[in-house]
Amino acid sequence: MIRLALLRILGALPNLIGVIVITFLLTRALPGDPAAYFAGQSASSEAVEQIRSKLGLDRPMPEQFVAYVRDLAQGNLGESLSTGQSVATEIASRLPASLELTLVALLLAVSIALPLGVMAAVRKGSWIDQFARLVTTAGVSLPVFFTGLLLTWLLYFKLGWAPSPIGRLDPSFSPPAQVTGLYLIDALIARDLPLWWASVKQLALPAVTMALFVLAPIARMTRASMLAVLSSDFVRTARALGLRGPTVLVRYALRNALLPVVTTLGMVFSFLLGSNVLVEKVFAWPGIGSFAIESLTAADYAPVQGFVLTMGLLYVLLNLAIDLAYLLIDPRVALEA
Amino acid sequence: MSAVMLGQPTRMSHLRHVVTDNPVTLVAAALFVLIVVVALFGPWLAPFDPMASDTSQALAAPSRLHPFGTDSLGRDLLSRCIVAARLDLLLAVSAVALSFVIGATLGAAAGFFGGWFDRIVSRVADTIMAFPLFVLAMGIIAALGNTLANIVIATAIINLPFYIRLARAEANVRRSAGFVESARLAGNSEWSVLMRHVFPNLLPPMAVQVSLNMGWAMLNAAGLSFIGLGVRPPTPEWGIMVAEGAQYIVSGEWWVALFPGACLMLAVFAFNLLGDALRDLLDPRMRT
Repeated sequence: MIRLALLRILGALPNLIGVIVITFLLTRALPGDPAAYFAGQSASSEAVEQIRSKLGLDRPMPEQFVAYVRDLAQGNLGESLSTGQSVATEIASRLPASLELTLVALLLAVSIALPLGVMAAVRKGSWIDQFARLVTTAGVSLPVFFTGLLLTWLLYFKLGWAPSPIGRLDPSFSPPAQVTGLYLIDALIARDLPLWWASVKQLALPAVTMALFVLAPIARMTRASMLAVLSSDFVRTARALGLRGPTVLVRYALRNALLPVVTTLGMVFSFLLGSNVLVEKVFAWPGIGSFAIESLTAADYAPVQGFVLTMGLLYVLLNLAIDLAYLLIDPRVALEA
Repeated sequence: MSAVMLGQPTRMSHLRHVVTDNPVTLVAAALFVLIVVVALFGPWLAPFDPMASDTSQALAAPSRLHPFGTDSLGRDLLSRCIVAARLDLLLAVSAVALSFVIGATLGAAAGFFGGWFDRIVSRVADTIMAFPLFVLAMGIIAALGNTLANIVIATAIINLPFYIRLARAEANVRRSAGFVESARLAGNSEWSVLMRHVFPNLLPPMAVQVSLNMGWAMLNAAGLSFIGLGVRPPTPEWGIMVAEGAQYIVSGEWWVALFPGACLMLAVFAFNLLGDALRDLLDPRMRT
């Protein structure tokens, strides 16, 4: 088992290396003058030359790559022109916001999509199946930024249920003491219930927007997987032996049906991390996505590269976590090896 | 003896069966035709000049004169939405075509020949997929520059892995098929066998992938425009129009953002449904 886990971790290494190589190519090796990018649009030619020698952009490519990797190992991702801070510090301070949004959206999506998929499979062809199909097809077609705006208009402007989309907290509240960076958890740790509720209210709309977008693949996969499992031999045996409906469904069918769903989570995370950027823009959420967008519009390139690298690393780690989770959930993997 | 006499379904009767079995297919086809027509004849169909601004009419609600309302510069939104269809469709079609041609060729060659070429191509595809794809597109555009052509290139790059993997899997399966062996024995070169005999068999599953991908490519291009990459104002494009209208949502002028968004949604919806219908037509077993 440990050996298999180690093999999986080793298997993730080429992806990690690939991420680093690609971000290096994106920063250094593409057309245009990288020094001009990093110096900024208003820099004089002396400033550009200074930046060029400071960042070692006049060295041969392999030497640059070694320097790049060395910088990464030390946590140096360059400096942001617009904020003057190091990119690594900026990203570290904004990452919890993005993570909180992504995690809550995932939990929400899974808690809706799983039952939906199961019911669609159990009552195949019924109205709930058609409804699930409609929701999933619409979910993949709706542009996530459009959904966010639509929900804002409906629930904030028209119905007044949701608070205004200005970020993580209403200005009248101050953030809780930093323990994890996730306001929902930190507020609970500080036992500040009004603050917790305010955070939830602000989080609700962006999380629902993102969850709607990823409902589709999860529900579809659950339905397909459930259908396959429900027609398998062991379910037929369980029913023939007289086990009650719910027992068969949950203890036997669902557990096995969840396995392909876990592997789909990889793709789900790709969607989530990608739509994170768009949702953060719509709801003025102060995460790394909006940081990257602000930097892009200010022609400040170091933060964007740092952002792409961070997202790439995060995604590789998440996929590794899913692989390891699959190892734990499915006992057959250890037996087959 | 025709197929009908033998009781086998003909192409036409199968098509008719698919269409009637799932009426949504008809809706998809109709929507698709509508979008293509609007994209082709847009500038002639639009009632107003999409660039003509009239600040006295700024932010006017939908009315008989302006069915979609006007934006902050008084431009007619219906005209802008119609003309935007052309740009969005062009972006999506170019990106998917580029991606398909390069990805299918690389993947088919990788699957057919195997060896080190296969390893390199698979490595490239895996590395692209190691990123959340939208984020990679952002990075590529930041590196290459903020132009429309680069939106197409970035979207094409992030769609490559789908085609590479599909073509590779299909080519691999047919590598040792009987007709391939006989083509070799007949004296064809390896490349000739790949291109003339194996490749045409890859086209049906690829066609499904292409139409499903079109919807996604359109969402990608619009998303990139939404965050300010590629398309510059005053170019009418659905994504940037939603971005321009986003600030007016909280003050109640819903039409500026919602109509372009709805157009985008309908277009993507049509392509997704079409992809489903194509899959039902070609191979119902692939249905989920």
